Amino acid sequence: MSLSEPRSGAATREPLPQLSIDLWRHRHVLDLDDFSREETDLVFEIAEGMVEILDRDVKKVPTLRGKTIAIMFFEPSTRTRASFELAAKYLGADTISLDSARSSVAKGESLIDSLRTLQALEVDTIIMRHPCSGAPYIAARHLDTSIINAGDGCHAHPSQGLLDIFTMKQQLGDLKGRKTVIVGDIMHSRVARSNIWGTRHYDMKLVICAPPTLIPRGLPEMLERCALNHVTIEHNLNSALENADIVMPLRLQKERQQSGLISTMREYIQGYQVNAQRLARAKPDVLVMHPGPMNEGVEISHDVAYGTRSLIEQQVTNGVAVRMALLYLIAGGKSR
Amino acid sequence: MKESNLLIKNARIIDPAGSMDEIGDILVADGKISQTGKDIANSGATIIEASGLIACPGFVDLHCHLREPGYENKETIASGAAAAARGGFTTVCCMPNTNPPLDNAASISQVKDIAAREAPLVNILPIGCISKGRAGREMTDLTELAGAGCIGFSDDGSPVSNSRLMSIVMQNTAILDLPVIDHCEDLDLSAGGHMNDGWVAARLGLKGIPAAAEETIVARDIALCELTGARLHVTHISTIGSVELVRDARRRGLKITCDVTPHHLTLTHERVMKAQAGSGIALAYDTNAKVNPPLRSSADIDALIRGIKDGTIDAIATDHAPHTVEDKLCEFENATCGTSGFETAFGVLMSLVHAGWIDLNALINCLTAGPARVLKNTSGTLRPGSRADIVLLDTGREWTVEAKDFLSKGRNTPFDGCKLKGMVVATIGGGSFAFRHSSLRIS
Repeated sequence: MSLSEPRSGAATREPLPQLSIDLWRHRHVLDLDDFSREETDLVFEIAEGMVEILDRDVKKVPTLRGKTIAIMFFEPSTRTRASFELAAKYLGADTISLDSARSSVAKGESLIDSLRTLQALEVDTIIMRHPCSGAPYIAARHLDTSIINAGDGCHAHPSQGLLDIFTMKQQLGDLKGRKTVIVGDIMHSRVARSNIWGTRHYDMKLVICAPPTLIPRGLPEMLERCALNHVTIEHNLNSALENADIVMPLRLQKERQQSGLISTMREYIQGYQVNAQRLARAKPDVLVMHPGPMNEGVEISHDVAYGTRSLIEQQVTNGVAVRMALLYLIAGGKSR
Repeated sequence: MKESNLLIKNARIIDPAGSMDEIGDILVADGKISQTGKDIANSGATIIEASGLIACPGFVDLHCHLREPGYENKETIASGAAAAARGGFTTVCCMPNTNPPLDNAASISQVKDIAAREAPLVNILPIGCISKGRAGREMTDLTELAGAGCIGFSDDGSPVSNSRLMSIVMQNTAILDLPVIDHCEDLDLSAGGHMNDGWVAARLGLKGIPAAAEETIVARDIALCELTGARLHVTHISTIGSVELVRDARRRGLKITCDVTPHHLTLTHERVMKAQAGSGIALAYDTNAKVNPPLRSSADIDALIRGIKDGTIDAIATDHAPHTVEDKLCEFENATCGTSGFETAFGVLMSLVHAGWIDLNALINCLTAGPARVLKNTSGTLRPGSRADIVLLDTGREWTVEAKDFLSKGRNTPFDGCKLKGMVVATIGGGSFAFRHSSLRIS
């Protein structure tokens, strides 16, 4: 399939198909570990309809009219925040966007108190990003409002995991037997963790590749205990790339070098940068993804990031569609 | 309430220090144990009918936090002592991480004065700081602290990283014959960590604290112990490797003792993520299970149990660490470490006895004679002439932990709502009731 072709699958579908949404049982979206195959497929099916809406001149639909969605970010973000905000607006919801630097959090208000205030303001759904792993879980335990996790610490980023898999399926169709390599700072990556969970339903292989210092020590035992048998760990990127269908480098933050987890950026680039020379080891039609933001020239070379094999812009567009699907299922749920 | 004389009738008396385990009576007169044995005649004493109950020495806790002075919102000496008594403890050693810290004689005296005034029935024995301000740079006046009555030295949660400072401290404590009580943690290895470095940390996206962070310092301290001849007490030991290091060092004749907490003996790191059934929320991130050292794996628990069975572990200490609601009602990474442990200790530990993992006498030894040997004092026994510190236990009585009803100000417990079998029915300190359950029969 050529990447310049229109997105397959979406063209013939109705914008909001009559789906069997009865199987949807989530009040919150915290991670993909509690998503069944059917639920994941349901999100994708609805997202395909949303892709169709995004292709229209007038993108707004009234699905969530009268609903209020709060977007509460406790750490900086551009694309995830914009993506969620547009998703909510395209569905007709009212949005209120707060960031911790300019809210009462800066005055020392606790997480629970901040969110309780939003709940008291009768918002229907809270989309939250937080630098601490587990923060949305604590919020969900103490609140009645639905919580969508837009990234918590190093733990999970479920909407990103969904949009990544949605993008893979959009390009490759059935993922059975396909091999995806996620390479980079696995230790600090919520994207990697959510992809590990989300991909488990699709009979595909996932290779996690990083220097030993950037992989959590407990990861092998976690994979075993959680029966995540589709995942293997590899320290050598050249070997990992053999026969790969998709490769997804992760952003390497400069702090990792400052904290001594890697020696120099130069050495990291030599071992782990995804570039044209390395990609030659993968399948000829290998696809490249990146959750963003990129450090061009570090984990990914410029030519690969913007080359013909790159899906990075499709990921961004799909991100809006997948988030529209999640909001439809979560915020639309109360009136059903 | 002051009782002049007490006669405890028909209890199963277990006194590990005196190798006693028999049904009999205990006569308490003038605040001291007067006599133990069968069919002691009553001459006007208040009679406690204790058939079916165990009578043993009041428990001795080598490691707790009473928070006063400085953190009276978390606990006071009075509230901590009340909680201790309810838990069966009549002697508790309090850590010096108060504000100001107990790094001078006046602070030690202040704690002892408050304790004598507000909690006279519980022996409260302060531990002095190793370094000034617990900053790990400058040694305290150890001799002066000892003179003021501290029973050992510790910087607790801010352990001394500088090995030279530690060796100099140990040269001094060796001649004072007081233990250095070390919270063994390599702060570089544990930096940024919030729980055990294992599969649960990987699952939760939390940075882990490896077992090696504890074991490297246990090994260092053992080497310094060998170098200086000091007494070393490793507190809240938590890993397989630490138990083996201590076992080996003792085999070589070094003066090393250690303790373990009830929570490290009964809970694993899985407890951090364990969510309430039916909540629809897959992971708990339960801040009440955040302790330091962190809860470890079931293999570590097995090693700790073996350590108790073969005598490598001398004592069980609560590390009672009361905190406010705000300290725990927050993000896991921002939550304070510790659990309010006095009031659940015995019931929790009895689960190990009921499961057949350790026997009752070994448990009581670890709560009485074992820690008393570390302190080298006269607590932890029922020998005639001793201060009448006695606890009465009902090993079969079931109860449910209700943190909201704790006498401690700290309601931070991972055991809230747990059904336990085994309860403290009465605690007698110096011949008077420090705690008495309504079921106790007195005539």
